[in-house]
Amino acid sequence: MSDKVLLDYGSGGRASQRLISDLFLKYLGNDELDRLNDAAVLNLSGRIAMSTDSFTVDPIFFPGGDIGSLAVHGTVNDVAMMGAVPRYITCGYIIEEGLPMADLERIVQSMGEAARHAGVKVVTGDTKVVPKGACDKIFINTTGIGEIIADPTPSGDAARVGDAVLVSGTMGDHGLTVLGTREGLDFEAKVQSDSAALNHLLVKLVRELPEVHVLRDPTRGGLATTLNEITKSSNVCCELTETSIPVRPEVKGGCSILGLDPLYLANEGKFICILPGEYADKALEIMRADPLGQDACRIGTMTDANPGKVVLVTQLGGKRLLGMLEGEQLPRIC
Amino acid sequence: MSFELLEKFRDPALCRKILDKMESELDRELRFMEVCGTHTVAIFQSGLRSLLPEKIVHLSGPGCPVCVTHESEVNAFLDLAGHENVILATFGDLMRVPGDKGRNLKKAVADGARVKVVYSPFDTLKLAKENPGDLVVFIGVGFETTAPTIAATMKMAREQGIDNLRILCFHKTVPTALDALLSDEAINIDGFILPGHVSAIIGVEPYNFIAEDYAKSAVVTGFEPLDILQSLNQMIEWRNKGEAHVANNYTRIVGEHGNPKALEIMYEVFEPCDALWRGLGLIPSSGLEIRPEWESFDAKKQFGIEIKESPALPGCKCGDILKGVKQPDQCPLFGKACTPANPVGPCMVSTEGSCAAYYKYKLD
Repeated sequence: MSDKVLLDYGSGGRASQRLISDLFLKYLGNDELDRLNDAAVLNLSGRIAMSTDSFTVDPIFFPGGDIGSLAVHGTVNDVAMMGAVPRYITCGYIIEEGLPMADLERIVQSMGEAARHAGVKVVTGDTKVVPKGACDKIFINTTGIGEIIADPTPSGDAARVGDAVLVSGTMGDHGLTVLGTREGLDFEAKVQSDSAALNHLLVKLVRELPEVHVLRDPTRGGLATTLNEITKSSNVCCELTETSIPVRPEVKGGCSILGLDPLYLANEGKFICILPGEYADKALEIMRADPLGQDACRIGTMTDANPGKVVLVTQLGGKRLLGMLEGEQLPRIC
Repeated sequence: MSFELLEKFRDPALCRKILDKMESELDRELRFMEVCGTHTVAIFQSGLRSLLPEKIVHLSGPGCPVCVTHESEVNAFLDLAGHENVILATFGDLMRVPGDKGRNLKKAVADGARVKVVYSPFDTLKLAKENPGDLVVFIGVGFETTAPTIAATMKMAREQGIDNLRILCFHKTVPTALDALLSDEAINIDGFILPGHVSAIIGVEPYNFIAEDYAKSAVVTGFEPLDILQSLNQMIEWRNKGEAHVANNYTRIVGEHGNPKALEIMYEVFEPCDALWRGLGLIPSSGLEIRPEWESFDAKKQFGIEIKESPALPGCKCGDILKGVKQPDQCPLFGKACTPANPVGPCMVSTEGSCAAYYKYKLD
């Protein structure tokens, strides 16, 4: 194959076939994908959760991950947040002409490793090559499908007064890493994306607990925006204790330099769990037993004080609104 | 400064002690204005706003650089966006600032304008080198905090022979605005929390007129809760003794004479000029313009840009809010016609504006 991706590789002809067999099947292959049929035949039963997401991250390689593993983690996590066991995913690649073949290989290899680790099969896919400038290096779409095992099914409108609000770990790591890498900012202490598949931990959680009301991964918009969506859908108030929200010191430091709030930064390997208060300790025990949940903690409680709003009780004991993010966070003048 | 040390300035028990002391010493309502938008946000973010004694009226002044950028200045940079062979470079805060006809830089980018958000004015040097066929125009807004870095960037550009960098200079200076506020008899302010970042450059001396000419107190203050509480408490004590002083409560960052090197660079490149402030109008000698010997960098001259007074926005009370005459929620547009998603006036535009802070953080 050429050392760069050429338009020929998206032609549907022999070059395309070589790309598929020498690269995609090499790293993503399995008994279903290897058949190269027009559609995959799946073996699923019961209630099904399905989710799709497109990944356009810049830069495509960042500390802690890359666009390939991120495209698996993001979709696997979205399916798992419904209390489901993710089983299959699809992938659609849109590649800019001229992308180094070595970069593409690194991305596909990373996607294969992420899928194996998450226990999902890539069963169908698509590759398009577009002229230089028509997209930014590479875009990947993934769709995931899984079998729901939780009963009741967790849902954003199911939070109730008295519920405990838990997070599985520190906030803002992914968002600050991507921003810092994109802009070439050199933070004093290095930060790293938390990109990870959370499905194994979530399966343990929903199997061992009798009731989980809400599971959500606070990706774009971060913890604050996700909790605002939940409080509005459920018409309850979320009262958070600022000092109990875990944020790494290096993330706090980077945010402080850039004038950003870590509670609005994206996470790709963390989840919010909202469940009846009496199950909070058990949930934390399960989460902390897993490396992906070792920093889990309770950060707040659902109340009836200000329905639809998120209220932050600050370190000083004062109260303020924690509103929804308006547009993207932008660095300030001073 | 290490985070461990910073945490000491957030000690809840010490804050409570000062809050209780303030409560016991206040016998009437006192009106304190924090000049700087970062203080406004710090007061809300830390929850101090909900803990301060009711007798303290907290006002937000004209120290948010985005808020005071005049509408004709905004229209000037929006006119330049999309100009052939122009790459606009800006800090992120200006991207959403609305000009006339609902324009803003975000929409300009969607229409094809080349706009680059930079983290430091020095980033414009690289941008200019990488685009030799284009003019890189940096939007120079802000106070004494940012002006020296922009001056240093211009000096470096000259040293490196970069001739395609221009500065659209809209810089303003803080003490002159405070003088204008205090000379307005309609304004009732008992004391000022003075900006930490600006003071790190200019020092404390330029504020002495506040006590000498107007018998009001003012304290240069850091951005942590204890910094702010200590300054408020100091001003209450002085007021109870019938005294007025200007003091520096942020000595870990601000020297008495500021940063002489930064001031020298700033005044080597810029000189004082009259400036239009959004919501406040024309304030003599309150702006900075590029000196004639540096005019090859001057985007205003190159593009023939004139900054003109314009009629106030109907219904908008931002002028009164920036002067401390009205609180944000006393504006009829607040939270209705004017929101962060669709700002009408300058105080709702910036994340550091007082209306935006009220909207974002105020619980009741």
